[in-house]
Amino acid sequence: MRITQGTFSFLPDLSDEQIKKQLEYCVSKGWAIGLEYTDDPHPRNTYWEMFGNPVFDVVDVAPIVEELAKCRAAFPKHYIRLTAFDATLGTESVVLSFIVNRPPHEPGFRLVRTEEHGRTIRYRIESYAAQHAPEGSRY
Amino acid sequence: MSKNDEPKQITDAKKRYSAGVLKYAQMGYWDSDYTPKDTDVLALFRLTPQDGVDPIEAAAAVAGESSTATWTVVWTDRLTACDRYRAKAYRLDPVPNTPGQYFCYVAYDLSLFEEGSIANLTASIIGNVFGFKPLKALRLEDMRFPVAYVKTFAGPPTGIVVERERLDKFGRPLLGATTKPKLGLSGRNYGRVVYEGLKGGLDFMKDDENINSQPFMHWRDRFLFVMDAVNRASAATGEVKGSYLNVTAGTMEEMYRRATFAKELGAVIVMIDLVIGWTAIQSMSSFCRQNDLVLHLHRAGHSTYTRQKNHGVSFRVIAKWLRLAGVDHMHAGTAVGKLEGDPFTVQGFYNVCRDTKTAVDLQRGLFFEQDWAGLRKVMPVASGGIHAGQMHQLLDLFGDDVVLQFGGGTIGHPQGIQAGATANRVALEAMVLARNEGRDIKNEGPEILREAAKWCGPLRSALDLWGSITFNYASTDTSDFVPTASVS
Repeated sequence: MRITQGTFSFLPDLSDEQIKKQLEYCVSKGWAIGLEYTDDPHPRNTYWEMFGNPVFDVVDVAPIVEELAKCRAAFPKHYIRLTAFDATLGTESVVLSFIVNRPPHEPGFRLVRTEEHGRTIRYRIESYAAQHAPEGSRY
Repeated sequence: MSKNDEPKQITDAKKRYSAGVLKYAQMGYWDSDYTPKDTDVLALFRLTPQDGVDPIEAAAAVAGESSTATWTVVWTDRLTACDRYRAKAYRLDPVPNTPGQYFCYVAYDLSLFEEGSIANLTASIIGNVFGFKPLKALRLEDMRFPVAYVKTFAGPPTGIVVERERLDKFGRPLLGATTKPKLGLSGRNYGRVVYEGLKGGLDFMKDDENINSQPFMHWRDRFLFVMDAVNRASAATGEVKGSYLNVTAGTMEEMYRRATFAKELGAVIVMIDLVIGWTAIQSMSSFCRQNDLVLHLHRAGHSTYTRQKNHGVSFRVIAKWLRLAGVDHMHAGTAVGKLEGDPFTVQGFYNVCRDTKTAVDLQRGLFFEQDWAGLRKVMPVASGGIHAGQMHQLLDLFGDDVVLQFGGGTIGHPQGIQAGATANRVALEAMVLARNEGRDIKNEGPEILREAAKWCGPLRSALDLWGSITFNYASTDTSDFVPTASVS
């Protein structure tokens, strides 16, 4: 399966040139840019590890592209995403977030159903990868 | 009419309050010298007086009948601070290019209204006055609420920002579809449509406005099957997914029962219809705030009073009331789809939903500046006769903070529902990517879609089937300040 979190997951993986253009768009909007990685892509795992703090007041995207290369070298089989933050009053949140690296094989998620009273079912989603190995050795 | 000829309030108390009938202007409901206070509630009416009725007297009557007046003088006024409680019509402009119609501005003192109650507000502003005989027609075009009044409402329980954070979806419009056929499917078959749509790439599926608990599918069956479909699709994609469970019912008790069951099943969102009424909407808003649910509102019934330009209530006013009352989603028009909506007018509705501070914009029907005082933003929903081939227009008109809802445009796809959903998601992501890269999507849109269709078969089929479908009809609810054409 292909995890389709993030803004552009239904498109073919973005090339470095395409990633650069999205970063330039973020810069044109004055957004801060962060790099995050994880090997626990559960849909409700909000806090991926930060690869350094988000960068503010960006003028040139080249250093971020370099950071991304470093992050990919360190975590070649992790999920890596670029996240943009808008500090404008009334927004003050993430405004763009897209995956730029993913493991070669994505085993996906198991849906666990627990039957309860009546016909009610409680649902739990478990990552096959995260279930079988500790952090850092999952993919 | 020169200022000196205008009817004036009778200031001599003895004359003013002796028994009998006076003109509304003489009673003090017209005051062209009045400067609205920052704390006043302001309303703008479109007024069509009966033939022979003086427009200023008609304006005064509107102010009077929507505040303290009755048809004759009453001495009991003198027991009150009546000068303060009287609404004042303070400005009257002829509607451009429309003989016989006037824009009438009325100011209401804040103390006329109960805090946090849309029911109370509307009972005054659109109470008796719309049936008043000396008027041929009356339309409430816009309102301005003072910050002090806005702060008495809790507003949307979730709001755009928190909804996105909960769903983990950023940087693009959300995608939805209404399950079709809207009536007749069994719970099991209904859940099938939900699963296919969500797995194919949609963020949300949706109950239609009139799916409640009918003989072919009782509400509990729908909720159980739909939530299995939602969770299954979530596991299959790794994304948070939702389906608006319509909890509209005959009583508040029953709505609470349904919403509670939805919450227990792990739903992220429930839905109500506008027809349940203002008080029920506010109650459901409060329930959703307590239970971490996003609240979707379908504006069922609104066209009965919002569509005609000369009489009723503009949807921009309904949108303002809904933001105060506290819904997270509201249907606000598509401009390009099958339902009524002039593009500028519709953008005005979107501004009301999403602005931190709304600016005066006559072309978009916004007559007042409105400070929303930190009230959360409502996600507008574009729904009704839209398809993937219009993606560039939709993104250009409405930006990122909108739910684009393709019903027939998903479920009617020749290769199936999943393919329909995928076509829409690919079209959307390709268009957002291109816009961010600096391309002119308004003009290059069809080309951008064709490029994506080269590698995406479902999108190719969708464009071949629907690419040329447009709904080009003149809108009735249009701006008075510039001529506008329907977008094809």
